[in-house]
Amino acid sequence: MNAANPSSVVATAEQLIDGWELVVGLEVHVELATRTKLFSASANRFGDEPNTHIDPVTLGLPGALPVLNRHAVELAMRLGLALNCRVQPCTFHRKNYFYPDLPKAYQVSQYDQPLNVDGFLMLPGDVRIGIERAHLEEDTGKSTHFGGAEGRIAGSEYSLIDFNRAGVPLVEIVSRPDIRTSEQAKQYVSELRAILLAVGASDAKMEEGSMRCDVNVSVHKPGTAFGTRCEIKNVNSIRAVGRAIDYEARRQIDVIISGGAIKQQTLHWDDAAGRTNVLRTKEDADDYRYFLEPDLVPLAPDTAWVERVRAALPPLPAARRAALATLTGQARESEAIAVVVERGQDSYVSEVAKVGGDAARALVYVQQAFADEPATPRVPAGDIAALTLMEKNAKITSTQAKTLLADLVANGGGDVIAMAKAKGFESMDTGALESLVDAAIAADPDAWAKFKAGEQKAIGALVGAVMKSSKGKADGKAVTALLQAKANT
Amino acid sequence: MPEPISRNTVAKVARLARLDLTEAEVDRMTDQLAGMLEHFRDVDALDLSNVQPLNQPIPLTNVLRDDVEQPSLDRDEVLGNAPAAQDGRFRVPPIIGFEE
Amino acid sequence: MTRRTVVDIATQVAAGSLSASTVLEENLAAIAAREHEIHAFNLVTADKARERAAQIDADVKAGKKVGRLAGVTIALKDNLCTRGVETTCSSKILAGWKPPYDATVVRRLADEGAVVVGKTNLDEFAMGSSTENSAFGPTRNPLDTSRVPGGSSGGSAAAVAAGFSAASFGSDTGGSIRQPAALCGLVGVKPTYGMVSRQGLVAFGSSLDQIGPFTTTVADAALLMEVIAGHDPLDSTSLPQPAPQLVNVLARGVKGLRIGRVADMPEGSSPDVLARLDAAFDALRAAGATVVDVKLPSMSFGLTAYYLVAPAEASSNLARFDGVRYGLRVDAKDLNAMYGATRAAGFGDEVKRRIMLGTYALSAGYYDAYYGKALKVRRLIADDFAKAYEQCDAILTPTSPTVAFKFGDKTSNPLTMYLCDVFTIPTNLAGHAAMSVPFGTGDAGLPVGVQVLAPALGEATMFQVAAELERSS
Ligand SMILES: [Mg+2]
Ligand SMILES: [Zn+2]
Repeated sequence: MNAANPSSVVATAEQLIDGWELVVGLEVHVELATRTKLFSASANRFGDEPNTHIDPVTLGLPGALPVLNRHAVELAMRLGLALNCRVQPCTFHRKNYFYPDLPKAYQVSQYDQPLNVDGFLMLPGDVRIGIERAHLEEDTGKSTHFGGAEGRIAGSEYSLIDFNRAGVPLVEIVSRPDIRTSEQAKQYVSELRAILLAVGASDAKMEEGSMRCDVNVSVHKPGTAFGTRCEIKNVNSIRAVGRAIDYEARRQIDVIISGGAIKQQTLHWDDAAGRTNVLRTKEDADDYRYFLEPDLVPLAPDTAWVERVRAALPPLPAARRAALATLTGQARESEAIAVVVERGQDSYVSEVAKVGGDAARALVYVQQAFADEPATPRVPAGDIAALTLMEKNAKITSTQAKTLLADLVANGGGDVIAMAKAKGFESMDTGALESLVDAAIAADPDAWAKFKAGEQKAIGALVGAVMKSSKGKADGKAVTALLQAKANT
Repeated sequence: MPEPISRNTVAKVARLARLDLTEAEVDRMTDQLAGMLEHFRDVDALDLSNVQPLNQPIPLTNVLRDDVEQPSLDRDEVLGNAPAAQDGRFRVPPIIGFEE
Repeated sequence: MTRRTVVDIATQVAAGSLSASTVLEENLAAIAAREHEIHAFNLVTADKARERAAQIDADVKAGKKVGRLAGVTIALKDNLCTRGVETTCSSKILAGWKPPYDATVVRRLADEGAVVVGKTNLDEFAMGSSTENSAFGPTRNPLDTSRVPGGSSGGSAAAVAAGFSAASFGSDTGGSIRQPAALCGLVGVKPTYGMVSRQGLVAFGSSLDQIGPFTTTVADAALLMEVIAGHDPLDSTSLPQPAPQLVNVLARGVKGLRIGRVADMPEGSSPDVLARLDAAFDALRAAGATVVDVKLPSMSFGLTAYYLVAPAEASSNLARFDGVRYGLRVDAKDLNAMYGATRAAGFGDEVKRRIMLGTYALSAGYYDAYYGKALKVRRLIADDFAKAYEQCDAILTPTSPTVAFKFGDKTSNPLTMYLCDVFTIPTNLAGHAAMSVPFGTGDAGLPVGVQVLAPALGEATMFQVAAELERSS
């Protein structure tokens, strides 16, 4: 490790970009799922009429004083513990700057003594990303710009301010510079999001801004000191995180290669144009005049409180994915496992298995058909279990299973055997199927001979004949398997 | 102790505090602040190396409230106090020289 | 005119032997006669007060239970938020602002039947010691209109001294209740930090500010403290305990109490003031107290610490006056220009000076040398007091180095004005209890105040001593 580098993580050869090592750290802001704001009792609710969740504290009215929301602290602790942080006694500071959506002209945040410190988050492949801190702070209001192009600030004639979001509790999660690829960065955000959802700390909707990413990017030659970093503000989707990093890494490498130097800058990611733009350089960075907020007192969660929160933590996504993988025999990093765990429907899958269903099929059903269902779907687990068995035992075809699954979801459950019967989906049992296959072979000895001689195409005629004689009730796969078996004996 | 306060520093601090000062005010303020800061040097006589700062006179911890919603202020009453409002929001002049 | 005390009014109005409206009309008559020369008020709320007094009288007639302050007329410093009633802090930047809520203190007073006669003048945002820094013109001392009433709560002091109300309320960040009380011959209380809710008090120095009463008697102050003190869940720095019992300690006397005399007291007090302080020690000794010498070596550094801590907090507290949500706006081509022009036009010189000083003291590169150092000095002062209180139960000092001074005497050099608060500031830094009690007169026949200091939560002892001084003055 180079002494100048605040991380011991070294990129593998495949991770280098034309011989350059990429270093990424993320600062992610998430809005906590409280009923009220961090320091006052007006509602924390998104999407309502502007300025309908305002009180003297939210508006920074003269004489208004903040009082800390216990539930916000508890959610922040829950998140910190889920990220393997140490929860410690902490304080609040004022960060002073003028902006019209910042009502008091200071943001109450945590500075040198944050609530959660020194954690980590695991990515696929046992990649460990350090978490420096996860601190509490208040959100700002929202400015909308008018009179310029596309609501942009540049060239606008005036702006309108809505303070509904002002004072909403945020946790800012600051990673260590341990990320080496844009893919890891995306995995990090995605895993963080999964954890937030699992512990119920936030709804983590990036499209609504309840989860927002600032990305720090630098590049350097392996074995040398870290390069100068640029911060890309407000990257608003996981895909954009990857694109912004790829773009910015390339830009920085090109600047250095062509003899230039990277200036420490704050950048804006323009997703439509696919490029970063300069917001400001370090020279005009504000002087925030941090000082301890005299209107608040220190927060010192005692061991009993911390342990109570820890004990109440639900199983976390990584452990749940591992359990679901074991149960279903699927790969831990498969799409289906990730999706089902993110939706919180993994316990439903194990419920289906528990009542005798086939776990692997249940996983596929849930992934495919339950996107709009809650974590506890309305369809009784027993119904899904029955369906998995019918398909597994070749009582119905996979196409028929799909149809029945859609009906189950639409109706919130049902007797799958009766439903199959009503649709005429009763497939043949194996004995009946075998006699139809034998009949088809007898009726077309030419095709059978060709197939036995290795001409694979010839099987089509035989399968088609069985499907026809079964009036579509035979499972094509089962027929093929049967013909193959006969040919091999 | 840092250098005596300069006219440039005073002008910079005035920008930080969003106070438009006239040239004459900057001059006067430089003199007055310099005088006060000079006077404040009397504390240089104290050995403060092992002294913990005192931010709040009475030590309290863990003052918390329950997450219970109270009604919002009336928007019209609040906007009635605003210098400029439009469409249920506070209106401000164009924001330039800031980040987006 | 004979002065009615708070206790008299409350007792008689509740008993039905005096009407609240009568009391109010006496005050309004006094206001009509002298307010034009005193200028105690930014706003007299006569109509609302008449309605309120009539309601109380009706309640008494109907046999309804009335509060502990039924019919007591009060004036409120114009930095206390009053719902729907203009609250200006004597600043152009807040002119016309009507808060949508009441300060906790204002609500508690109303709940006990007090009648608000108006909002009183102050040094803009409570920054000053003479009320000469008001954007709406100075307040005059009713005892001698060529002199200042003190400040920053000068309007509240003058209102009681002139008989405009039975009592009033101010805020004290570095002496802003005690010094005008001394200069106007009144009792003025700066409670222990956290004893009285700051919710709805427009902040100056958040870690220093406390609200307290002005009265003509110690008993009145005790009753008002019992009403306004006690935990408030809307203020995180509010102490988690009920209001202290003060009315019932006043007759206890001072026998056996140890009263501290500061051996190394900062110099600069005038001889007439020092003579009254000596007389106060004599009186307490005669009443059975013992006088002990204590040392407060860091006391003289209080001014330095205060004039960094208070402006630093103020620079942040006053940043919200930005022309966006309330108060003055000076229109300009863009937002930054609007901010700069609004704040330049809205704040007076003293406020600007302190915003500048505070911004500087907090800014990168200067924090440790100024603000950080001031907080350490603050610790030394608190430690000094803690040591002193091992030897004594209360400490006496002058409240103000001089009696009321003439207009313009101390306006040329800010530091001269700051020296007015040399005795009052240290207790704000330490967060302790303090009050000023009138104790005879000095030069020009003007009143002299003696300051009684007590440790945090030492209000009961402090009031015992104050009551004894009142009896012997
Ligand atoms: Mg940040
Ligand atoms: Zn942040």
